Amino acid sequence: MQTGLRWLWGLAGMMLLQGCDKAEREAFYQSGIIYCSESNPVNFNPQTDTSSTTADATAHQLYNRLLNFDPDTGQVIPSLASSWKVSDDGLVYTFQLEKNVAFHETAYFTPSRPFNADDVIFSIDRWRNDSNPYHPVSGGRYPYFESLGIADNIFEVRRINGYRVEIILKREDSSFLANLATDFSVILSAEYADYLLSRGTPERIDHYPIGTGPFKFVSYRKDHFIRFDKHENYWHGAEGNSEHLIYDITPKSSIRLAKLITGECDAIAFPAQTELDIIVNREELTLSEKPGLNVGFWAFNTNRPPFNDPSVRRALALAIDKNTLLEAVYFESATRAKTLLPAASWAFQSDAEDTGYNPVLARKLLDEAGIEPGFTMTIWAMPVERAYNPNAVKMAELIQRYLSAVDIQVDIVTYDWTTFRRHLREGLHDSVLIGWSADNGDPDNFYRPLLSCGAIPSGTNRARWCNREYDQLIDEALQTQDLVRRKAIYAEVNRLLYNELPLVPIAHAYRYQAYRNNLKGMTINPYGGVRFAGVTKSL
Amino acid sequence: MQILIRYSTLFVLTLLVLAALSFALAYLFPGDVLVNLTGITPHNEIQREALIRQYQLDEPYLFQFLYYVQQLLQGNWGYSFISGLPLRDEIAVAMPATIELSTYALLTALFLGVPIGCYAGLKSYTKTDYTINSLSMVSYSFPVFWIALVFILIFSLELGIAPLSGRVSLLFDVPNVSGFVLIDILLADNIDSGLAFVDALHHLILPTASIALISTASMIRITRRSVIDVLKSPYIAAAESRGLSKRKIFFQHILRNALLPILPLMAIQITTLITNAMIVETLFSWPGIGNWLIQAIYQRDYPALRVGMLAVATVVISFTILIDLFNRLIDPSREKYERGAI
Repeated sequence: MQTGLRWLWGLAGMMLLQGCDKAEREAFYQSGIIYCSESNPVNFNPQTDTSSTTADATAHQLYNRLLNFDPDTGQVIPSLASSWKVSDDGLVYTFQLEKNVAFHETAYFTPSRPFNADDVIFSIDRWRNDSNPYHPVSGGRYPYFESLGIADNIFEVRRINGYRVEIILKREDSSFLANLATDFSVILSAEYADYLLSRGTPERIDHYPIGTGPFKFVSYRKDHFIRFDKHENYWHGAEGNSEHLIYDITPKSSIRLAKLITGECDAIAFPAQTELDIIVNREELTLSEKPGLNVGFWAFNTNRPPFNDPSVRRALALAIDKNTLLEAVYFESATRAKTLLPAASWAFQSDAEDTGYNPVLARKLLDEAGIEPGFTMTIWAMPVERAYNPNAVKMAELIQRYLSAVDIQVDIVTYDWTTFRRHLREGLHDSVLIGWSADNGDPDNFYRPLLSCGAIPSGTNRARWCNREYDQLIDEALQTQDLVRRKAIYAEVNRLLYNELPLVPIAHAYRYQAYRNNLKGMTINPYGGVRFAGVTKSL
Repeated sequence: MQILIRYSTLFVLTLLVLAALSFALAYLFPGDVLVNLTGITPHNEIQREALIRQYQLDEPYLFQFLYYVQQLLQGNWGYSFISGLPLRDEIAVAMPATIELSTYALLTALFLGVPIGCYAGLKSYTKTDYTINSLSMVSYSFPVFWIALVFILIFSLELGIAPLSGRVSLLFDVPNVSGFVLIDILLADNIDSGLAFVDALHHLILPTASIALISTASMIRITRRSVIDVLKSPYIAAAESRGLSKRKIFFQHILRNALLPILPLMAIQITTLITNAMIVETLFSWPGIGNWLIQAIYQRDYPALRVGMLAVATVVISFTILIDLFNRLIDPSREKYERGAI
């Protein structure tokens, strides 16, 4: 033992001497950005998942889309499609594609050709076309496209030539371009897909991703880290991008903040509302803020009696005091939600009706609906922090207290995030505290995925509520390009929702991002996931 | 030879009991026995039937158990319910991290605790002794998680001199070869080993110190007690009367005789040490088995819990029995009455 130890110390001493060059050390620690993220991505393909964890880890790092949102104006701007044309009847979209866009070259795949029309067709067919061999891979669910009904509305995707693609719709859809610019409409490599298929391992496409984005995938260890390296041949130019990008998966927000303070993380996901003051008071940290396109709500499982009765749902909504929930859970970093839409959306209706706090009326309604005192229900509280609900468990406890005042017992249920969402999709809940972050500013992005009939199988309709009139109204809103007309339709939708109350909107939260001052180029992307292209680090 | 046989029997029997316990867990945990045992969720009835037949779940319990043990020995430990990865691979990554942390803490405790304990023993019942004694009593009484949190608060958050999570900065892509991060860094050729080694040592300081503090305290107390006992013995008085130098008496007579009884007590310490390491891991996000088990509990990953418990128990028992055996071999005088003192 003695000699072994001496050997070790000698070695350590040598190492210390060898590694003491300060400039070299600084250069090394500047070479990579560490981002403390909140959870594990489901896989590395945002087409298959609407969770923002997956989108954050993949959408803007590994991939590009045909179109992008301008982060300031919300306008659709070119990306892989350098220009586009919409036919007069609004049914045919023609995209001119960028040339010389390189795919990632990694240890597991070497592309032989740049991006072209085949990749666009494959990427869209993956979620659109049941007969595509890749459609059933990784579960065969494409919740974003299913919940918005986009897949059903595409008649054909056609190749005009190597760099021109035509998409033909069945019905007019004024939100179609916006949907192609969301985090989920990423472009995959058709060549890689063929290669995997020929080797009989198609499922690898979502776990060993190949894209055109500014970073390429290196490795992933669940509950620990995701590693990305710079994509040297990035078509926008790789100079401004960091050499390495690492996601340090840290579920607890207090630990994320601690790591931000010690410098183990350069930026963190979802700073907790209670901790914002600490970040503001620290000189070396920056907190940026933007009103978010999101809504936190309490959804009832309308498939389960007695929650299929609108008057029971109304009674429960009347039994809670939203303002107290806002103060106790969001700490003034959110505004009260009356409808699904936040004020940042153009279709926001400022005079919409809202439920007040009236426990006496609530008990009366419950009695009329035949709900005995002592009735027990479950509230599912999501286990992760989200801007739209930073502490669902605490909110559930508050609601538990409010409901016990009207003689209703509440059991609070929570699981880890993956299991939680699987059980929600199976409809095992009575009610759930969850929310939605929109992927674009279009109101359809709130109304359709959250409450339309088509969104039940894909799992984004947490209330499992299906109403023909509602679906007709939101379809009608898409048939017109006239914003005033659309706004009027959404006002009607709001009234319908106020009468039916499949869910109780609670809050629209601000979006925060916290990072160390030595990160240059960090911006909040109001339309979806975090982006690290163009972000650099100095010491 | 006889001792070896006796100890191997003890070892094998204990492991069998543990295996039986872990097998029983598959039935005791909520949910499907097949899933708990294999970690594979069958997609349809045909697959389910096949799995049941493969794992002999349609046979009597005894045969199921025998097949289970056979599978364990072959390294087929089932799959994680959540990640779908083979549990053996996951444990093979997590377990060395825990052993590594415990080893450094144990070494620290030995190299600090034994000399300080000797010194206190030699100066017994003086002010120095009382000071050392009470200090070690105080640090022994701290709960390890509290110490770790205080360390994080002072050294990471306030002073900013030590990092609070992980084994090495994630900027270093250290390939996992031996599972021991310091060794892996030396073996790696894709990174600047010098930088990485210093970085890893930085990461080691706080978790090692938190665990070592408590182990050192108990080491001091054990050594001190033992030195005092030896000092009282007649052969020390004899050596003194022969006029041997203090130095010679200490190294030739006191130290050797005082260290012998420490070994079996160390065996008991191993359990505490590994338990403490597992607690500290979760605070320092150290990717060891304790952290891994906590995740498994949170995610209700029953196959992982079943094997994880077995793996931890096996490691603890192997170390305990090995130290005990070693102790018996170098000191045959302690025969009968300490048999099976695990």
